[in-house]
Amino acid sequence: MQTLLQNLLNGIAVGAIYALIALGYTMVYGILKLINFAHGDVFMLGAFVGYYSGRWAAAHFGDQAGSGMSWVIFAGIMLLAMIACGLFGYFNETIAYRPLRSAPRIASLITAIGVSFFLEYGGQFTFGPDPKFFPTLIEKHLIHVGGITTTNYQMIVLVVAVAFMALLQYIVYGTKFGRAMRAVSFNYEIASLMGIPTDRIISMTFVLGSSLAAVAGILYGLSYPKIDPLMGIMPGLKAFIAAVLGGIGNVPGAVVGGLIIGIIESFVGGSRFSNFRDAIAFILLIGILLFRPSGLFGKYEAEKV
Amino acid sequence: MNPTPMLGVRDLVVAYGAIPALHGIDLFVQKGEIVTLIGANGAGKTTTLRTISGLLKPRRGAITYDGRDITGVKPHVITALGVSHVPEGRGIFANLTVADNLELGAYLRKDRVTDAEYERIFSLFPVLKERIKQNAGTLSGGEQQMLAISRALMSKPTVLLLDEPSLGLAPQLVQTIFRVIKEINAEGTTILLVEQNAHMALLTAHRGYVMETGRIVLTDDTKTLLASDRVKHAYLGG
Repeated sequence: MQTLLQNLLNGIAVGAIYALIALGYTMVYGILKLINFAHGDVFMLGAFVGYYSGRWAAAHFGDQAGSGMSWVIFAGIMLLAMIACGLFGYFNETIAYRPLRSAPRIASLITAIGVSFFLEYGGQFTFGPDPKFFPTLIEKHLIHVGGITTTNYQMIVLVVAVAFMALLQYIVYGTKFGRAMRAVSFNYEIASLMGIPTDRIISMTFVLGSSLAAVAGILYGLSYPKIDPLMGIMPGLKAFIAAVLGGIGNVPGAVVGGLIIGIIESFVGGSRFSNFRDAIAFILLIGILLFRPSGLFGKYEAEKV
Repeated sequence: MNPTPMLGVRDLVVAYGAIPALHGIDLFVQKGEIVTLIGANGAGKTTTLRTISGLLKPRRGAITYDGRDITGVKPHVITALGVSHVPEGRGIFANLTVADNLELGAYLRKDRVTDAEYERIFSLFPVLKERIKQNAGTLSGGEQQMLAISRALMSKPTVLLLDEPSLGLAPQLVQTIFRVIKEINAEGTTILLVEQNAHMALLTAHRGYVMETGRIVLTDDTKTLLASDRVKHAYLGG
């Protein structure tokens, strides 16, 4: 029972990070029908912004880990990473994807892979290919509850992830911008007839998705302190699978998909098949594509001929 | 002719790739008029409306709105200027509620939509009141058309472009839609109406244009058009 709960908790903590990344995939797909394969690398970019700004903060404010100041620094670093990735998302869309909007979809898809390589190898060139240790922003300590062991880090991951998901839920379903977003995702031509500036809404969707990836990057750096320029590949792919599992284009689906992948991974990792930890997500992907291609919450759409 | 019509189209040429759709058409709509554009399938009626509202870019020619050149302006800007387009096939947001659809119609407005405005919509189309919280995709074709027209009215347009509002509707609903079009016009909205139902359109509008394969072949006031042999023969089954 305890192992069960322990695995569940670990799974939810890593799943929450996948979910944050998956939200970006699913929102961009929902609005442009584009799989933005560079999205996992934006997550990496967020972690590196956190790495450099965290080191800078440590150098200028001394070792604040454990004091109240560390929370301010943590929040500041997260904000900075969100802004940096948001800006990247904005320029990524306007420079790379917008000119191809009326081109066949495969053109944008290939461009997305190109942007992904640009970030991965540009990252190796700029940051160096060797792994770096994410600065300890907040002192880690263990929490024991009823036989299961957790850390304050896991709690931070959960609280921050849930807070941002709630914020996104509010933006998408509770604001005028969100309503415009849903309108553009349904049909951007008709949305433009309502007076909605569709280009701006699309750009803002990239900004939103990319800043959530930045949050995931910081949370990942906090939990698994080794970061490198290729770190975005695996979580990016798993988050993509999470989005497909939930029904790509479906916002709550991405969250559920992320959590499911995280939990399954955690259970596999804790079993004697732990070698399959990374493979299980892909086995799952094959399963979804075979049996339920529209995902858990996606609507089945017959192929139009 | 008044020197500045509400809507003016001059020598409009539009093509889809290499396939020409409009071969230089001219038309105008005066303030307060209902003008109808009739013609067979593929004559270029929808293309004309889509070009006016900015969804298509013309190869040549000019579009003016209240004397201002709006050729090649983005659709959301044209909507902001006061031209509201109800597209063919209604174009409602099926994934959103009826209320959300109406709110989106008012997207550009800074002020809130008042209860009186909702009441006004419900007096035009009472059925929408019962459906207000439903997903718009669950509405019948006629209800969707009512919603599409109501949504277009939410932006308080000066000019309303209607593309085949009666398409696929039961005869009784067709009557309702045309009655409402007249009512909207009586309140001061200028209307450009594209229709295949030439008979109803000509009974409703003040003036009409007849299109054939991307050209305007005939224009007159509707009384004359209704009596014209050419129109009778080709469009009224006479």
